[in-house]
Amino acid sequence: MSATPEAAPAARARRRARPRVNLTRWAKGGGLHAVLFAVPVVVVYLYFSWGPVVQGLVFSFQKTNLIRPAEWVGWSNFEYVLGDPGLVQASLNTAYFALLALVFGFPIPIILAVLVTELRKYDTLYNALAYLPAVIPPVAAILLWKFFYDPDSTGLFNSVLGWFGLGPYPWLNDSSSAMPSIVLYATWAGAGSTAIIYIAALATVRTELYEAAEIDGAGIWRRIWHITLPQLRGVIFVMMLLQLIGTFQIFSEPFLFTGGGPNNATQTILLKIYNYAFVNGDFGAATALSVLLALALGLLSAVYYFVTRKWSAA
Amino acid sequence: MTLTGKPSRARRKAGEAKERGVISTTDRKRPIVRTWFTIVQTILLIVLIITGLGPLLWSAKASISSSNAIVTEPMGIWFTPAEWGNLLLAWNGAQIGRSLINTVILAVGSTASTLIVSVAAAYLLSVLRPKWGPILSGAILATLFLPGVISFVPLYLTILDMPLLHIGLQDTFWAVWLPAGASAFNVVVLKRFFDSIPREYMEAAKIDGAGPIRILTMVVLPLSRPILGVIVLLSVVGSWKEFLWPMLVLSNPELQPVSVMLPKLAAGNSPLSVQMAAVFLSILVPVVIFAIFQKQFLRGVGSAGGIKG
Repeated sequence: MSATPEAAPAARARRRARPRVNLTRWAKGGGLHAVLFAVPVVVVYLYFSWGPVVQGLVFSFQKTNLIRPAEWVGWSNFEYVLGDPGLVQASLNTAYFALLALVFGFPIPIILAVLVTELRKYDTLYNALAYLPAVIPPVAAILLWKFFYDPDSTGLFNSVLGWFGLGPYPWLNDSSSAMPSIVLYATWAGAGSTAIIYIAALATVRTELYEAAEIDGAGIWRRIWHITLPQLRGVIFVMMLLQLIGTFQIFSEPFLFTGGGPNNATQTILLKIYNYAFVNGDFGAATALSVLLALALGLLSAVYYFVTRKWSAA
Repeated sequence: MTLTGKPSRARRKAGEAKERGVISTTDRKRPIVRTWFTIVQTILLIVLIITGLGPLLWSAKASISSSNAIVTEPMGIWFTPAEWGNLLLAWNGAQIGRSLINTVILAVGSTASTLIVSVAAAYLLSVLRPKWGPILSGAILATLFLPGVISFVPLYLTILDMPLLHIGLQDTFWAVWLPAGASAFNVVVLKRFFDSIPREYMEAAKIDGAGPIRILTMVVLPLSRPILGVIVLLSVVGSWKEFLWPMLVLSNPELQPVSVMLPKLAAGNSPLSVQMAAVFLSILVPVVIFAIFQKQFLRGVGSAGGIKG
């Protein structure tokens, strides 16, 4: 599409020759309908998506308590938030959660998907069972699990483990086991729906390669390792990013399980934002921390977008 | 990546996969492979039944057991007599019935708002294509990058007092319905689907004298039924699971959905058996919806993953 010097003046002349915008012609050509469809879209996005984003940026530089008029305070909200000794703990906790979820929770859906794909019968039953936890409302599930995690020896998990001579474990009541307990719940809640996505991806794996590998004498494990997993590489990367983005915004689980305790061991960044805004009434600090978190997450999603776009183009 | 390209290919591949996966037909005949496969398959089934159905069945039994039995011997409740009164107590006394109705209202309204706004946006960007379309499309796409966190607090303040209009939506269902409309992901999904509809259909309708609105309702929407179904299902279950946002904007107990009601119930001093009955009642509806529309759910989640990927 290189514009040669000769072509450029011609194009300019064509543009000049075009008739000016005519209102009736515009309406007849569907312009009116376009505006009609655009109004609800623009209003909803303006009020509930674009507006709040801009407002968030503005608020992070202001001091406001909703009663007195807001005043500009420069970077002081950011200084306050970054100087908060609790932030380091909350960031470390969030990172710890992300790490645990990645190490223990991440491989389970992949294993599940590979196994279910090999089934010749009843695979829909397996799928449905695996997906079931994803339709249970988290609040109900968390209340149920909170009861399962009862630290007494008569608690459900402890009494089951007791049959094998294990425990009783303190679960949520101990600062070292609280976070792993929450990760265990989150893995249960999320594994099935992630596995369904892997299963869909596995349906497109090129099976010719298995035959070729067989001829070369590769066993079942080597076929999985050298053919199945490499072909899932793309989906695995995407799910990893989505999981990271999700874990950085974790709220309901620590809020309902532990409220951030014991000893702030499950305090997360979003819980801090919630506390700044709705416990302390400090909307400036809350939005400042939101902006910082959003920057980190925006970076992750940009990576995600460009990498997936490259794949879809290929 | 595109939805249209995928199903045919996926179906073909799925058909092939039925003939072979990692394990070939010859492998399957080998006794050692067969034994191991059966063992793994059985273990997997047991694990899935325990993790998938277990909590559900346990809460079903707990909802009709006495508090005392639940606390002292949580695994022994299978053998205690049923106390059906718990469910009634939860439904009436603990206002679970009222809050379940609220949840339904919220789910239906949020889904309608998502559908209306996303269909309008997708139709505009895919079919009408005004000159300023790319700007709008870019602005909607940009919100995909911005995590919800950044607008969370200002969105709450918007609900308290809408700029320019100065209307407060706090303690109205609109506070949940309207923000649900701004779902960029659904716009992208729908636009991709609309893009895949052959233009000839729309041209033909146009020649027959149909205007843009008739083309949408008579041609585009009927052809998009599968993707609309998936969006409806995922949106209903999604809003059934909402917790933080309804808790913030609906402070009136008369309006609160069951997800906001449950933790309050647990924090209060209602007996454990009633709590468990409430938990079970709130789980029941989405599970039944899933049981009925299982196939659509699983296909929808799989293909949505395809779009995401």
